[in-house]
Parts: sequence; structure tokens; C-alpha cells
Amino acid sequence: MYDIVIIGAGVIGCAVAYRLGQYEGKFAVMDFAHDVSEGASKANSGIVHAGYDAKAGTEKARLNVKGARMMKDLCRTLGVPYGQPGALVLGFHEEDRKALEALYENAKVNGVPGCRLIERDEILKMEPNINPEVLLALDVPASGLVSPYELTHALADSAKENGFDFLLGTKAEALSFADGVWTIKTQDGDVKTRAVINCAGVHADVLHNQISTKQVKIIARRGQYYLLDHSTPLLFNRTIFQVPTKMGKGVLVSPTTHGNLLLGPTAEDIPDGQDTATTRDGLTDVLAKARLTFPNADLRQVITTFSGIRAHEVEGDFLIGQVEGAPEGAFEAIGIESPGLSAAPAIGEELGDWVAYYLKLKKNLNYIAPTPLPKAFAGMNEQERRAAYEIDPDYGRIVCRCEQVTEAEVRRSIRRPMGARSLDGVKRRTRAGMGRCQSGFCSTRVMEILAEELGQDLRQISKSGGKSWLLTGGIGKEDSHD
Amino acid sequence: MTDTRIPIDLLIIGAGPAGLAAAIAAKRAGVMDLLVLEREDEQGGILNQCIHNGFGLHRFKEELTGPEYAERDIKEARDLNIPVLTGTTVLSVTRDKQVTAVSRERGIEVYQAKAVILAMGCRERPRGALAIPGSRPAGIYSAGTAQKLVNMAGFMPGRRVIILGSGDIGLIMARRMTLQGAQVLACVELMPYSSGLNRNIVQCLQDYGIPLMLSHTVVDIKGRERLTGVTIAQVGEDRRPIPGTEQEFECDTLLLSVGLIPENELSLQAGVRLSPMTQGAVVNNHFETNVKGIFACGNVLHVHDLVDYVSRESMQAGEAAALYLKGEKAPFLRSQVKDGQGVRGTVPQRLDIPIEEVTDGVELMFRPDRVYQNHFVTVRTPEEVLLSQRRFILTPGEMAEVKLTPDMLSRVRQKTLTVEITEEKQTT
Repeated sequence: MYDIVIIGAGVIGCAVAYRLGQYEGKFAVMDFAHDVSEGASKANSGIVHAGYDAKAGTEKARLNVKGARMMKDLCRTLGVPYGQPGALVLGFHEEDRKALEALYENAKVNGVPGCRLIERDEILKMEPNINPEVLLALDVPASGLVSPYELTHALADSAKENGFDFLLGTKAEALSFADGVWTIKTQDGDVKTRAVINCAGVHADVLHNQISTKQVKIIARRGQYYLLDHSTPLLFNRTIFQVPTKMGKGVLVSPTTHGNLLLGPTAEDIPDGQDTATTRDGLTDVLAKARLTFPNADLRQVITTFSGIRAHEVEGDFLIGQVEGAPEGAFEAIGIESPGLSAAPAIGEELGDWVAYYLKLKKNLNYIAPTPLPKAFAGMNEQERRAAYEIDPDYGRIVCRCEQVTEAEVRRSIRRPMGARSLDGVKRRTRAGMGRCQSGFCSTRVMEILAEELGQDLRQISKSGGKSWLLTGGIGKEDSHD
Repeated sequence: MTDTRIPIDLLIIGAGPAGLAAAIAAKRAGVMDLLVLEREDEQGGILNQCIHNGFGLHRFKEELTGPEYAERDIKEARDLNIPVLTGTTVLSVTRDKQVTAVSRERGIEVYQAKAVILAMGCRERPRGALAIPGSRPAGIYSAGTAQKLVNMAGFMPGRRVIILGSGDIGLIMARRMTLQGAQVLACVELMPYSSGLNRNIVQCLQDYGIPLMLSHTVVDIKGRERLTGVTIAQVGEDRRPIPGTEQEFECDTLLLSVGLIPENELSLQAGVRLSPMTQGAVVNNHFETNVKGIFACGNVLHVHDLVDYVSRESMQAGEAAALYLKGEKAPFLRSQVKDGQGVRGTVPQRLDIPIEEVTDGVELMFRPDRVYQNHFVTVRTPEEVLLSQRRFILTPGEMAEVKLTPDMLSRVRQKTLTVEITEEKQTT
């Protein structure tokens, strides 16, 4: 019997878990995926929105601004890549002036610092690769960048260190309540808990509607992206938006925390919340729109394309707190689409404290504060590299040549509290395989290290857990996975 | 911190066929203080996983396997006492030839070289670079990665295979996977011709009854965990899929053999200028880049079809580096070489022709932009046709070459040469 089970191991679920780690109790995070951060949290723009566009007075606006303010410190505490290069929202027509002025006013009401409207010359001086046909822009210096999956992994590590169970590969099929106890039905049997927190992202409405008197509908809104190789110097220093539309913030051109360039996303409502395929039409659409901002976008620099699914609640605002009309002990954070990543630190703190208060949990006196993730070898200077090597000679062994990831880092990614168990798991924790060759060179070595660390046969190593086997058999050995 | 830079005359990056040949030639030409750095644990580069035969026909006049070919150079380098450090990855190269490397045995080391030869080879174009639509399950490999799994690790990446692209590694893997019991359903090529060698199409596809689907491509990838199938469609002359021609294939593996890209990240750091056509360095006839004392050869310069030519080119680069270190380069006048009609990626792009007597000829290497039958390769200056040679077949899958004699070179100092493919024999 758990005190709390969080359903969903995305950035929201893990942010709540991170906060609850400060309390005493028996807790778990459940997710049907085989790793944390496998849904929307692994495939989004990675922007810490300053909060200029969320409508004043909404939960979205309040939690966005609050979360964005917390993000920098949180990332420093966890050792997660963060940057605050600022953003520009571009207008290309006189009609856009009104929309940008309205955004500027909205930003003021929301308490976003430093915003101003600027004209063409200044824009091009700040970002020379922007389409010279630009007319004006909203300058948002408070806009930031974070690596969303690295944040989620670090939050999960801390929760795990403070005693959380992670029930991965476990699908929450149904919720029921009897005698003060919640039962979560899964394919592996029932899980009992005093309180449940629904952070199931794009799938959250199914669970919500089983227990609430107020029905909600979450629409899976897919976003497709191009990822370009890193370049020196950066083609864009800031995140470049266009004037937002009803479907979202439109197509952006943005550096990532690792110096790649991201173009996207689309906004397509799709029936299947797990359908992260890319499509020819979607990618064509991204390129056409991105070229309005960045006419010289060079597709030869593309190293991969991907898509992520945002959980759009039809009413439009975040739904956070006790589930309306449900028995006691049911909480949720649902409809967390953009700016959900930015709001995550605030949602985690508020919702975690709320549930802890509800259950009258005591502060965890043995709380283990997070150890910041060490700096990546690729980002170290020569002196730091020499020092790292002195401590661990595996730093002398480059596994991923494109991103300069060392064997020491790959091994540690497996040994972390919520360690990698698959090729993709190592990739998101270390960047091995994220570069221009897309794991062509390093995948075999990473597979060998995984097998060694996990004490498994190479044939048991998968791309992303489950049945995503990388090998079908050995030569002179029997086939596997029939 | 004290200055810990290690001085060295010639540093060669890569101990594949290019780096080894360059090192051997440089040592023979009298460079005593040289060092080869290799990131893998073994010398030989990609040859080590190419266990099929067909290597060395031109250079050794016999058919060797990849490892056998490599072994000859490895042995020769050893006999010449050329130091090679394996397991050592170069992290950066600067314009003034400071090279930082790291290894498990020795940690970070910084070399100050007088000359550097870039011989890092190439990498395979990944799926992402093609932006093929669809999901991203397990079971999609570049052909070279699959080759490494099968030949080096002894594991099979799949059972029912589609191969996209007809590059040589893809063709070789079609045969390899078949011999190992997998079913290769088809090899799918976007272009109306194969980018692989003709002998590989015959020996690896036709001999095993594997269909080659020209002017086709993969338009969708299916499967959530492991690949379950792909959709293949015919493409028109614009290389776009033709609606209504889609065919579904059930398969668990997709191998990609869709092009090789010279791996020039270190070169860029050093300020080496690249050619957009070859994606390798712009070099002169001594394989020297725009950065004085930095040379490039092998697949990092331009992607070859045959290792024999990699070795030949790299020996020339090694000799040139030796000459550079002796400071014996004769005064020269520079000419430019340009791609003309039908020609792509001619190497070298510059000719430094001695003012005094010209003693050496130069091979110009390039790829045709499509298949030509019974055409002429013509090299001209604005004033004269230097040569116009008949070729019965020219195809993008096989690098073409013309040789300029010392006499021709002595006539074209400071001129712009154009290499082109013409229907008729050209005369001045």
C-alpha cells in the first residue's frame, strides 16, 4: 500500500515526485513506458517561456511565470543544461503590430520583465539571419532554454534517491475507490494507494473521466520538428517565434541548450496519442513556415526529424488540484501543454505540497538533496578534462565521436539512480547517438557497455525497452525474441 | 601550468588505409618524427569489418579481403617503426596545428605539429538526414552499422530486410545478410541508376535473386517497438513519390546505404575550407588544404569506391607532407580546376604548377552527374582543349579519372581548367 502513486513519469509527474521526496511516505511513479520522460517531455521545443502569451488571469499564465522564475535555480541544483538567451516574436505585416502590442500588454500584466517592441534594424542587428522582410518584433529577454528530458531524468533521480518506486512498463488501466483506498488496475495486477495523482499527459482524460463528475477531453496535438547539427557560431542566439495563432505559438526557430538548431513544430490534432510518426506533409509545412523566419535554412544540416504530442485540453487551461467530483485522495495535473515545461517546477511544488498537506505527511528528515549532474566532457575545458580523467580513466575513452561522449559518462548513465536500460535511455542521458551520425558509429559500443553493466546478453539490449529489440539473433547461436 | 605540448613534425589523424599509406610514404620520404593517432583499438579503419574480398586488385593485382589488405599496410608501418597510438581520439585541431587527443592510457595530450595529415574517413548518412516520414522503431540501421554487428560482434540485426539505397555497403550487406539466413526482400534506389559498383550489383543482388527497385523510395516506416514494415513507392523524374504506386512490405529491418559523408568536423575547426561538392577539403595537387601544412587524403577528402585509390592518393599526400617539412616546395603558379557540364566534385581543385620544369603529372578524379554512354571526358582551358578521351560508360557509382601530363601542366599555369563530359570529341 502506497501513500501516493503518481501516474505519468513525464516532467510533471517527476516534478511532483521531486517535491514529494521532501516528505515521509511510501511513494511510487507509474508509467506504461519503459523509461521516464518518454512522452511529451522528450519531444518538445525545450523553451522556458517567459509568459508573455498565456492569457492573463489563467492558471497557465500564473504557473508559467512562476515556473520560469524557478527554472534557473532548479537546473543549477540538478546540474541540468539551462540558458536564457531571450526570444523574439516576429511580425511581418502592419496587421501584426496590433497583435504584438497586445502581447506586450499581456506580458506586462503577467509580470514578464524586460519586454519591449523593436523595429527591423534593431532586430537584424540582434539576429542577422532573420528574414530581412521582418517589420517589428516583441523582444523577450527573459525567455530561456532547458533540456526537457535531462530535467525530467534529474528530477526522477532525486525522487528515486529519496525512496520512490518507479513502476515502469506498467499501464494504469482503471481507477477505483473503496474504503478510503484507491486501486489502480494494471496489466501486472492491482496497486493500492491512499492518494493518486494523475499526470498522464495525453492519456490523462481517460483516467479522469473514470472518476470525475466533470468530463474533460484531451486532444493529442502532434508537433513535428527538424533538428539541425550544431554550428559555430550559432545561426540564431535567441528563440525566434512568429505571431501566435489559435493553434499555439506557431513554428519557431531556436537553438537548443546544446547548440543545435530546432525548427518546428506543426500543430496537428490526431486521433492516436502515441502516434509520434513524422509525415511528409508535416515536415514540408514546418520548413515552409520556418523559412519565413529563416529563409536560408539548409536541409543538409538536418540530422534528424521527430515529433512529440502535446496534451491539449479543449477548455484550454491547466487543470491542477483535486479531481472534481471524485472521491477523496484523487489529484491531477492535466491539460499540461505549452507552457507546461516552463510551469513544471511551480506545478510540482504546489501540487506536491498540496497532496502532502492533504495526507498530513511529515517532512522527510533524511531527505537527500540532489547532487548536481557533472558537467559533460564535451563542455569541459582542458583543465577540467584532465581533472576528470585523473579521477576516472574512462573519461579517456570517447564512445560517441559526434558529441564527444566518454565511456565514463555512458557507464554513469546506467549506474544513476534512475539509470538507463536501453540505447535511447543512454542517448537521452549522455547525448551518445544524438549527433550527426545518429548513433551509426557508437551504437554497437553502447550496446556492449549496457550488456556489461546490466549483466545481460547483447541480444537482450533494446532500443527503448519492451520489445524494441536491436538484434534478432547471434551467429552460431539460437534466435531470440520469437 | 607548464607548457606540456608535445612537439612533432608530422601528425597523421587516422590509421585506416589512408592514414597508414600516408605515414608509410612520409617515412620513406625521410620524415623521422611522425605519429599516427587512431580512435579505434585496432589499426585498419573500416577495412576491418569488410570481410568480403575484392580489395587490392589494382594495387596488389590480387583479390584480398578488407582485413588482409589492411594487414599489409599495418605490417609495413610496423616494419618501418612508425608509431601508431590506437584508442586515441583527436578532440580538436587548430589552425596552427595544435592537436589535442585523449586516450584511456594517457589521458589528454596536446601535440604541436609542423604538418598534419587529415585521414579521418567518412561516415554514413543516417535516416534522420533523409527525413523519411514514419515512426522511429528499432530495426533501422545504416548498412555499415549492420556490417559491424554481423562481422565484428557476430550478431544478426534482423531477419526480413529491406535495403534503401544501392551504395556499395548496402549491396555487400544484402549478400552478407542472405548468406547468414536473413531474407532480403529488395534493394530500393531513389535514382534511376545504382550508386554502387556494377560488380557488386551482379555479385550481391543478381546472384541471389534480390530485386533492385530503381526509381523507388521508402515513403513510410511502421512499427512502434520493432520495425514491422515499410511502404515503398515509385518516384517520378523529380524524385517525388508517385501517388498510387505504394507497395507495403512486411519486414523487421531497414538498412540504409544512402551516401557517405567525409567526416570533416576537425578540419572545420582548423579553418580548412570545404568543397560543397565533395564535402571534403579543397586541396591542391599536393593534397594540401588552404591551411598551410594541413593535408587531407582518402575518404575524408572525397569518398572513393576503391581502397586502392585511397592508398595511391594517400601516398602522394604523405610524400607531399614530407616535401613540405623539408621546405623544398619549388616556386609555383596556381591554376584552378572547375567542374564543367556533367562533372561533379573534381579533386584536386587547385594545381600548384612549378615555374621551373614540371616533372610530375596529375590525376583529376571526379564523378559524373548521371550515367553517360559513349561520351568524352574533356579537359580544357579557355584557349585550348588539353584532352578529350572517349569513355564507353560513365556512372555516378564509379569515380572517373583523367591524367594530365607534365607537358599539359606546363601549358596551363595560372589558367582555369574545366573538366566536362561531352557528346563529341572536342578539339581546340
